[in-house]
Amino acid sequence: MSDPKFEPGAEPALPIPDGDGGTDLDVAVLPSFGFGHRSLMWWGTWGMIAIEGTVFALTIATYFYLRGQGTQWPIAEPPPDLLWGTLNVLVFLASAVPNQAAKRAAERYDLAGARRATLGCAALGMVLLILRVFEFRHLNCRWDTDAYGSVVWTLLGFHTAHLLTDWLDTAVLGVMLCTGPIEGKRYVDVSENAMYWYFVLASWLPIYGVIYWVPRLPPVLSP
Amino acid sequence: MSIHDTRSAELEATWRDPPGLRGVLSAVNHKTIGRRFIVTAFSFFVAAGILAGLMRLQLMHPGNTVLGPDRYAQIFTMHGTTMMFLFAVPVMQAVAVYVVPLMIGARSIAFPRLNAYAFWIYLFGGVMLYGAFLLNVGPDAGWFAYVPLSGPAYSPGKRVDFWAQMITFTELSGLLEAVIQITTIFKLRAPGMTLNRLPLYVWSVLVTNFMILFAMPAVMLSSTALIMDRLVGTHFYNPAEGGDVLLWQHLFWFFGHPEVYFIFVPALGFMSTIIATFSRRQIFGYTAMVVALIATAFLAFGLWVHHMFATNLPELGKSFFTAVSMMIAIPSAVQIFCWLATLKTGRLVMEVPLHFVLAFFFILVVGGLTGVMLAAVPLDLQVHDTYFVVAHFHYVLIGGAVFPLVGAFYYWFPKVTGRMLSGVLGRWHFWLFFAGFNLTFFPMHVLGLLGMPRRVYTYPADPGWGALNLLSTVGDWITGVSFLLFALNVWRALARGMPAGANPWGAPTLEWATSSPPHAANFPRVPLVRGVAPLWLAEPYAGHVRGLADTQREVLATTVLDAAPDHRMIMPTPTIWPFLSAVATTMLFIGSIFTPWAVVWGTVPVAVALVAWFWPTRAETAEHLALEKRP
Ligand code: HEM
Repeated sequence: MSDPKFEPGAEPALPIPDGDGGTDLDVAVLPSFGFGHRSLMWWGTWGMIAIEGTVFALTIATYFYLRGQGTQWPIAEPPPDLLWGTLNVLVFLASAVPNQAAKRAAERYDLAGARRATLGCAALGMVLLILRVFEFRHLNCRWDTDAYGSVVWTLLGFHTAHLLTDWLDTAVLGVMLCTGPIEGKRYVDVSENAMYWYFVLASWLPIYGVIYWVPRLPPVLSP
Repeated sequence: MSIHDTRSAELEATWRDPPGLRGVLSAVNHKTIGRRFIVTAFSFFVAAGILAGLMRLQLMHPGNTVLGPDRYAQIFTMHGTTMMFLFAVPVMQAVAVYVVPLMIGARSIAFPRLNAYAFWIYLFGGVMLYGAFLLNVGPDAGWFAYVPLSGPAYSPGKRVDFWAQMITFTELSGLLEAVIQITTIFKLRAPGMTLNRLPLYVWSVLVTNFMILFAMPAVMLSSTALIMDRLVGTHFYNPAEGGDVLLWQHLFWFFGHPEVYFIFVPALGFMSTIIATFSRRQIFGYTAMVVALIATAFLAFGLWVHHMFATNLPELGKSFFTAVSMMIAIPSAVQIFCWLATLKTGRLVMEVPLHFVLAFFFILVVGGLTGVMLAAVPLDLQVHDTYFVVAHFHYVLIGGAVFPLVGAFYYWFPKVTGRMLSGVLGRWHFWLFFAGFNLTFFPMHVLGLLGMPRRVYTYPADPGWGALNLLSTVGDWITGVSFLLFALNVWRALARGMPAGANPWGAPTLEWATSSPPHAANFPRVPLVRGVAPLWLAEPYAGHVRGLADTQREVLATTVLDAAPDHRMIMPTPTIWPFLSAVATTMLFIGSIFTPWAVVWGTVPVAVALVAWFWPTRAETAEHLALEKRP
């Protein structure tokens, strides 16, 4: 079997002859953190995204499954009002701006920039949460009237849970960037948090389509 | 004292969990958590085994009155639920928590605090379920809790709610473990352990955890919908309001079939490990083995519908799934032939672990044959819900998973404790278990063909089922005795077993390179790997890693494919916050059984605990900054 090849990430680690035959590898010269898929956080975050993405996908599948059970969809109620959900789409899309700014600032170690952008994200998150309350009030159904209501509330509820957790994450991170203590891997946290925010954003688009537009499909496409 | 010894003592102090009560609640070392995880899972195995014994006692004679119908329903549900959710799946992840970092030459598992949290969540979920059971609110709708039986109309009271929340606990724990273990395997391998030098057991853990990632969310969703139907009046499963009962089955089996493979695939990893060591050669066909593992995982998802042959799915669909059910035999056959080739060409050393592994072949042939029979729609309709099915899945689960698992226990026990188990007692355990197991379950095939339905608390005398049932119960007693011998063996070994030394079996993988029990940092000097079976090479390592701090829990992260050194990172220190977060989470989950508002107020303590957990201290940060180097 051939000897292993070492291709260290940033700088070459130094091979040093080892007292007992082999060659030692000095890793002290390596960086003490890394961005993107080099970091463990990135893998952890993607793991969570895989799990939660599966939950969303299965909930949407359940939605269509239940829709296929009858002839009417929504079963007995008008579709949700478009205004608040659509507004939320716009705010979500707008949130990509500070989000990307936070990610970029973190990757340049720009503390002031990361602080500003993260707090900006948290502020927009707050707006999203407030709009969410109105969304719930304009779904035009209750969770306990029929299966349509149950699945719509569940879908919106699951997404809100993500919105809320990531908002909390972002807010805590924002405060931490203001108060310290700061070390290099905080910047990795900011960058990974931004990635997760993109997931919350991206998952909203199909969920929005399902909740608001599937009930409005023309009759030829009804179940 | 040489320079290595001083440094090794310093490292030990750095990586050790704190002593005393604080240590109990704040430990994060993967070996401590792994040991607790394993002990907890085996305790649930014993509990479920005792419940099985009670069932067999009741079924020993026709018209027996040891257990009434209500108690029996709770007991078979608790038995099945415990075995599947609290024992078989968690125990596989538990072994991986202990073994995988050692096997890949890592000093730590990824996300050690999250690992501790996942353990506490699992423990609390199981304790909650048993608490409910002892208070006579144990679930009673079967381990897969089909609606409408488990719905609000037919199961009033709190029993099924506890079942559904137990799912939430165990799946949360299982999903977190999946993320932790995948990250560990991808990022923390010793330099030089490229993916094609990954031990087959670690491959099996990796594949299993990927399956868990995509399958477990289904059962969380289905049980959440169930508990909402029961507690807040949603209508997912209520046909009167546009819901559907088969939705439960679809979601449950989307998880449930892969679940069998969460149990089976790690067991395949035990097989490969033990066979290689005791044949004194590497497994024949490494690449074929890896491909077969991955293929099994993909096919397992196609299998979920075969649990629903008795429902009215379209016929064409049923034929497709019959074909998939049959196809899964192919990767299994590939692995079996590779093992047989290994055994045939190796020099066999008949130690106790190998006994358990060889039993697998015998039992799986029987279980596999009956499985192929069940995969045929007409036959499945015939024996559906009879003892034939009970016999089949016990052959598969016990033969396919419990035997290899017990083999793995004998195999790694010396590493974990530093002591040898007695081979004589081990052989007695093996033969009695093997005989008892077959005596318990073989007659059940016949009982099923004779028409005895499953899940009955008693039966009349006239169909003539009494003799076979008595035989089965006697078999269970023999099994029970075998496990008493096992317990005796463990106790004896802990008290005065022979010291094991680093590598008592002459095994090839890295966990045997360190002391038994392992050093707190696993490897005082992290090796540079140069082969899939390093300890069997004339020159095991290409050298060692140097430059990691001794006074910090510093580890080396490597690249995903080539395991080339990438960066250093400092792992978190012990803390009580994962424990407190788990307590807060438990309050939320249990509270929500009684009032939906618990989901609102219960999040506050959880959020507080999580923030406290992640908030860095200044002292810690200063230490990190001292070693910091930007990329
Ligand atoms: C020697 C040990 C065991 C004995 C004597 C035993 C006995 C039994 C019996 C008698 C039943 C049938 C209950 C009924 O249908 O009325 C049963 C059900 C079951 N067993 Fe076991 N069992 C053993 C080990 C295991 C193991 C190791 C597992 C899984 C890893 C397991 C999983 C199950 C499951 C899932 C059910 C179905 C429960 C239900 O119907 O909801 N058993 N067992």
